[in-house]
Amino acid sequence: MTTVTPSPRAKLRPADRIFSGATVIAGSIILAALAAVAIFLLAQSVPALVVDPAELKGSPSSFWEYVAPLAFGTVWSAFLALLMALPISLGIALFISHYAPRRVAQTLGYIIDLLAAVPSVVFGLWGIKILAPAIVPLYTWLVDNAGWFPLFSPPVSGTGRTILTVAIVLAVMIIPIITAICREVFLQTPVLHEEAALALGATRWEMIQMAVLPFGRPGIISAAMLGLGRALGETMVVAMVLSPAVLITFVLTGSQNSPTIAGNIALNFPEAYGVNVNALIATGLILFIITLIINSVARFVINRRKAFSGAN
Amino acid sequence: MTATTAPTEGIVNSLTSGRLPKWAPWALLGGSWLAMGVLFGLMAAATESDFNPVLALFVGTVLFDVLIFIVAYLVEGIRQAKNRLVTSLVMTAFIIALLPLVSLLATVLINGLPRFDIVYFTESMRNVVGEGGGALHAIIGTLEMTGMATLISVPIGLLTSIYLVEYGTGTLAKAITFFVDVMTGIPSIVAGLFAFTFFALITGDPGIRFGFGGAVALSLLMVPVVVRSSEEMLKLVPNELREASYALGVPKWLTILKIVIPTSIAGITTGITLAIARVIGETAPLLIIAGYTTSMNYDLFSDRMMSLPVFVYNQYANPGSDVQPYLDRAWAGALTLILIVMALNLVARLIARIFSPKLGR
Repeated sequence: MTTVTPSPRAKLRPADRIFSGATVIAGSIILAALAAVAIFLLAQSVPALVVDPAELKGSPSSFWEYVAPLAFGTVWSAFLALLMALPISLGIALFISHYAPRRVAQTLGYIIDLLAAVPSVVFGLWGIKILAPAIVPLYTWLVDNAGWFPLFSPPVSGTGRTILTVAIVLAVMIIPIITAICREVFLQTPVLHEEAALALGATRWEMIQMAVLPFGRPGIISAAMLGLGRALGETMVVAMVLSPAVLITFVLTGSQNSPTIAGNIALNFPEAYGVNVNALIATGLILFIITLIINSVARFVINRRKAFSGAN
Repeated sequence: MTATTAPTEGIVNSLTSGRLPKWAPWALLGGSWLAMGVLFGLMAAATESDFNPVLALFVGTVLFDVLIFIVAYLVEGIRQAKNRLVTSLVMTAFIIALLPLVSLLATVLINGLPRFDIVYFTESMRNVVGEGGGALHAIIGTLEMTGMATLISVPIGLLTSIYLVEYGTGTLAKAITFFVDVMTGIPSIVAGLFAFTFFALITGDPGIRFGFGGAVALSLLMVPVVVRSSEEMLKLVPNELREASYALGVPKWLTILKIVIPTSIAGITTGITLAIARVIGETAPLLIIAGYTTSMNYDLFSDRMMSLPVFVYNQYANPGSDVQPYLDRAWAGALTLILIVMALNLVARLIARIFSPKLGR
């Protein structure tokens, strides 16, 4: 370099172009794949929407009548799972971030992450062989003593393969994801806020109430939504544990339960043929759209939160 | 304890009066567990049923939550009582989450060990009815499909994360970041359905089942995990390293290949290992697109291919007339899966701990 180059811009070598081009292509492939998921599912769903509904399994009067129990069961089981998982996850997240001694906190986090590492089919096997038989006495007691309450109306399931059992297993499965996000958010609380609260004489719980929870509220909401999305799409546990019927019911302890979209696909897809395959794919498309919306909103909330968390 | 408390005997400390001593919560917790253990033990003896230690532990913990609130309210007042109640509730939540984990690991270990033998790892299920047989065909299938999924997703995921950290600034980068996050929440069965519709339309076979489709479905689930973890790791590389390299006249692509990636390779490997651990247990997509078989199949591009999770599901769901051998195989498969996943997690953490560069953080 004896002569001064006229332009201060870096020389663009062919290798540079190739490399940066490759990275752009890789990124675009991801976006294309997501679009392809929607397009291909849609393309294969159309036959089920236009066909005479009598050809579908169970001969419903319309496609939407076919979908309604599935959609209801999916949302109902995921909602029950979230109802159980959220308070427990909040407790664990607070325990790890603000209560446990700092030295063991990380280890406790690993232990909870272990739950996330267990494959869903193993959870299914555990749910059907261990949890379901063990929980039957509780259901019998509930139906005998609280049968007047619509959620526990008799008859009781003799096998324990009810939607409540499914929801319990789903709750265990989504606890790690909710806990992980809540923990991150709680740890981001400005230390000065916490110390200020403690210095004014607040107990630890009052400090959490005043400093940690208000700061973490958007994070908690999106963590709950991500957990909900995971519970909506969970397949194997539902396929193995639930004893499904085609109806819409709120009853938690009966042997007739609303099926879920994902569980229904897993149970029927291997033997399905003709237009029933398209019907299953159409329900899959509905599941995809529901989870996509929930995840997008949750991520939007988290990302907006990231921008102003410059407090720490 | 008496030796250390002796000097302050007789002196009333106004700061600690009206407070519960430090051992009180622990004594209450132990007492509650003991009381419930005795109560449930007596009930079990009276009704001649099995003693359920898990239930006793759980009810004992709940009893402790109530007791600590009452005791603290009487001695310390409502604010401290609330504080102690929340502290104990938070610990209870942790214990509640541990119960299923411990129960699951224990049952998988107990039920899985009887068939965790040589035959299980050296034979397939071809022509096996009832006892015997193994999961070799499923293990081979899992290894091939997960390996193929890794081959697809690592280049795409790594290049995308490089784009996000080193090149991307505009709308495309923002869109990719957002949709990668959204993709982490795609239900696994939808990934399987996508692979099925995609290959069914391309090949024109409406009932297509083959291993490569399974690999594509798995990589759809794996790519976002790889992108996120690699992106975090690339961001940790100090800018000074890049600037030093540019100052020496090294082109950008060589800087990335020779400086940025070697610095963060430990973290990237950890992320990839965790991503493999995440998809190796996926059942639903492989059930849809790879199907199940009882024979060995080494060819990813033709015929049905068994995988370990589907093997577990299939052994449970379609047993023969004598159920027990099928269940034993299912539990042994579950044990194998858990061991594989735990080993991958352990390896990932070890890589992260041993090879990570010492950054002043």
